[in-house]
Order: sequence, then structure tokens, then C-alpha cells
Amino acid sequence: MNLIQKMLSGDKRACARLISLVEDDAKEAEQVIKTIYPYTGKAHIIGITGPPGAGKSTLTDKFVKLLRSNGHKIGIIAVDPTSPYSGGAILGDRIRMNDLALDPQVFIRSMGTRGHLGGLAKATRDTVKILDAYGCDFVIIETVGVGQSEVDIVKAADTVVMVMVPGLGDDIQSIKAGIMEIGDIFVVNKSDLMGAQRTATEINMMLDLNQNMERRPPVIMVTANQNKNIDKLLDEVNAHQTYMETSGEFEKRRKSNIRRELLELVEESLKRLVIRATTENGELDSIAELLYNKNTDPITERDGLLEKINQ
Amino acid sequence: MSKLIRVLVAKPGLDGHDRGAKMIARALRDAGMEVIYTGLRQTPEQIVAAAIQEDVDVIGMSILSGAHNHLFPKVINLLKEQNAEDIMVIAGGVIPEDDVSFLKEMGVAAIFTPGSTTTEIVQFIKEHVEQ
Repeated sequence: MNLIQKMLSGDKRACARLISLVEDDAKEAEQVIKTIYPYTGKAHIIGITGPPGAGKSTLTDKFVKLLRSNGHKIGIIAVDPTSPYSGGAILGDRIRMNDLALDPQVFIRSMGTRGHLGGLAKATRDTVKILDAYGCDFVIIETVGVGQSEVDIVKAADTVVMVMVPGLGDDIQSIKAGIMEIGDIFVVNKSDLMGAQRTATEINMMLDLNQNMERRPPVIMVTANQNKNIDKLLDEVNAHQTYMETSGEFEKRRKSNIRRELLELVEESLKRLVIRATTENGELDSIAELLYNKNTDPITERDGLLEKINQ
Repeated sequence: MSKLIRVLVAKPGLDGHDRGAKMIARALRDAGMEVIYTGLRQTPEQIVAAAIQEDVDVIGMSILSGAHNHLFPKVINLLKEQNAEDIMVIAGGVIPEDDVSFLKEMGVAAIFTPGSTTTEIVQFIKEHVEQ
């Protein structure tokens, strides 16, 4: 495929086109992934996540500028929510990254979630593969603003940076399960605001409660819009990368993510097979009718459908 | 999933009046399009670079400063230079009647001046983007 050759030789437009193919789930998309897969696996993938308005885009902008001063080629995927009503979206993360638009070694792609939950879009993982094959040394994924349980980023990134800000709640928030568990590095952004030190202390206390952790995540105080302490973040990202590689954690995490991705692909195909086999002939509707009238139960019907696919 | 229409909405030049651009962005969102909103004071170079990376179908620019005869041709020429002239360019803002034919000649696909409805704009984009 011509586009893939062009992308591999560094053509931005071809790279952008390929991303659209996987986003739109075009019929060529599967062939794209098959062809580029051998070229992937080289980029270090960094996830930047945190609540809406925490400063993820601003932090990404400043962090990428610092990475660029070391000569790295960078891909950025910025995810924003899609409207559940119209299917449209306003993707506004570029507003904070306008200076980067003209850097030939930076590729920024905005992405709507298109109905996918978990903080990423369905096409995010495949877009990472394309940017990796395109030659990026780092791929940065900025998630949608997350609440408490959007933890998909941990399945897609090597290093997860959790961005927090002062004033979001008391210390109980920080010991709940969910997003507070997935950070490899914690950043308290807007640390010029009142209460920042307290937020950092609460996160530190939460982290100290974890007894059986092999590596205790660091907490750093940053003021992204003033470009303060971004270098500390870079030091911690480098330290995490080194830790991952020397401890064997890198291989472990990647393999576990690969397994999960494969199972998700199978799940999706199975679902598609069932839908194809039961929708047009009206079987799905008639089963729904039976279930509605309590003439059967969902477990029996599931087994029936699986058996049907098996034949 | 079928192809979604992607539109870059940008404010080139120095005027800071972005209410119109935000209104349009919102209307396109509600019409099921993905809008990449890049904000104020964009250079033509930034706009074209963003349009290419985002693989948009349409660039919509809003200008209220009077610099339209300079900025639109600049964007269109940059698109041509980068073999991206298939990206449609549409204009909004305060653009005098006398300048409309010049801008159309330069390659601006449509010009929406004050009084245009969002429905018209949505309709135009839907009709003119090849699916």
C-alpha cells in the first residue's frame, strides 16, 4: 500500500490519512495494522491523565518542548469526548499546543472518543502503532478528562502520569480505588494555587499506605503554564523508563497489554459474528421477545448463540 | 463505523472576536461533525500544518479584522504547496460584497457573512464533502 510506504518514509499527510482509516474503521484498516505491526514497539508511550481542567494539554505542551530540545521525534494523541447525542465533538486540546504545530518533528492528532468509555478512543491504540512506525521516539497520549474509573490508559501506556490539582476534594478521594491507583508518576499542577502543598501531602500519604508496592511513585509539584518544574517531570519519566527496563516490568506490562488487546479483538469479532448471524433474519428480535415475556433466560440464550456460531 | 466529517475551525490574524467561531464549532458538533478548534491568532502556516495532521475535510476560518484578502489566499497557497488542495476552505466573518468574487476566484468554496444561518453552513459542508 502506497500510503504506508510514504508514512514509513516520514510523510505527514500519509500518516494522518492512515490514522483516519483506523479511526473510521475503514475496510483497509486491518491491512494497515497487519503491515505496520513489524515496525512498531520502539516508541516509549507516555499517558497523561487527570480530571478535566487539570492542565493536561498545557503540561503536554511544555513537556514536549523539553523533549524536543533533546532532539526526540514526538507523536501526541489528544483525546476529547464525543457527544452521546449527535456523535460530533469539539476537539480543543490543540489550543494549548499551537507552537508545536509547526515543528516538523512533532505530530499532533486530536481524537473524539466516538462512544468508547475508559478515557481513550477505540482507535487510540492503533494510532499509537502508526505513530510508532512513523518513527516517533515518544508517543504521548492525553486522555479525556477523567473522573474516578477511566483507567484504560494503563492498558496502553508504559508510563502513566497522573495530573492532579488542588481543591478537588478531601483526603478520602485519594484513597478510593480507581484512577489514583494507576499513576506511575503523580504531578500536582497549578502548584502556585492555595492548597497545592496539602494536595501533594494527601497523595503522598495515600502512596505510603501501599505496603507491597515494588516502586513507590514520586509526587512532583509543577506549574505548567509558568513552565516550572517540567524538568523534574522529565527526570522522573526517564527514571521510570530505566526502572521499567531494568526490573523486567516493561516486558511484563507490554505482554499483559498485548494479551488484553488480543482478547478484546476476539471479543469484538465474536460479537460481530453473532450480530451478523442474528440481526437480518430477525432472530435477535425474537429472542428479545421471548426474554421480555420471561419464556427463557439470558444465560440459556447466550449458550444457544455461542453454539450457533460454533457450527 | 462510517466516516465522520472533520472540520478545522480557526481564527487567523489578530482580531480577538471568537464568539462567531465558537458558535459555528458548536453547531457543527451538534450536526455530528468532529471539530478541531485551534483558537485565536493562528498563522496560515499553523492552520495548514494542523489541517494536514488532523486530516480534516474542511478548514473554516473566521476573520473580522479586514485582513481576509491577505489571509485566505495565503492558506490556499500553502495547501497547494503541500499537495493538500483537496481540503475545502470556507470563510466567515465581516467580508464586504466587493471582495467576495476575488476570494472565490482564489479558491474559497463559500463565504458566509453576517446573517448566514448555521443550518446553511452545515448543509453546505454536508453537500460538498465527498463521503
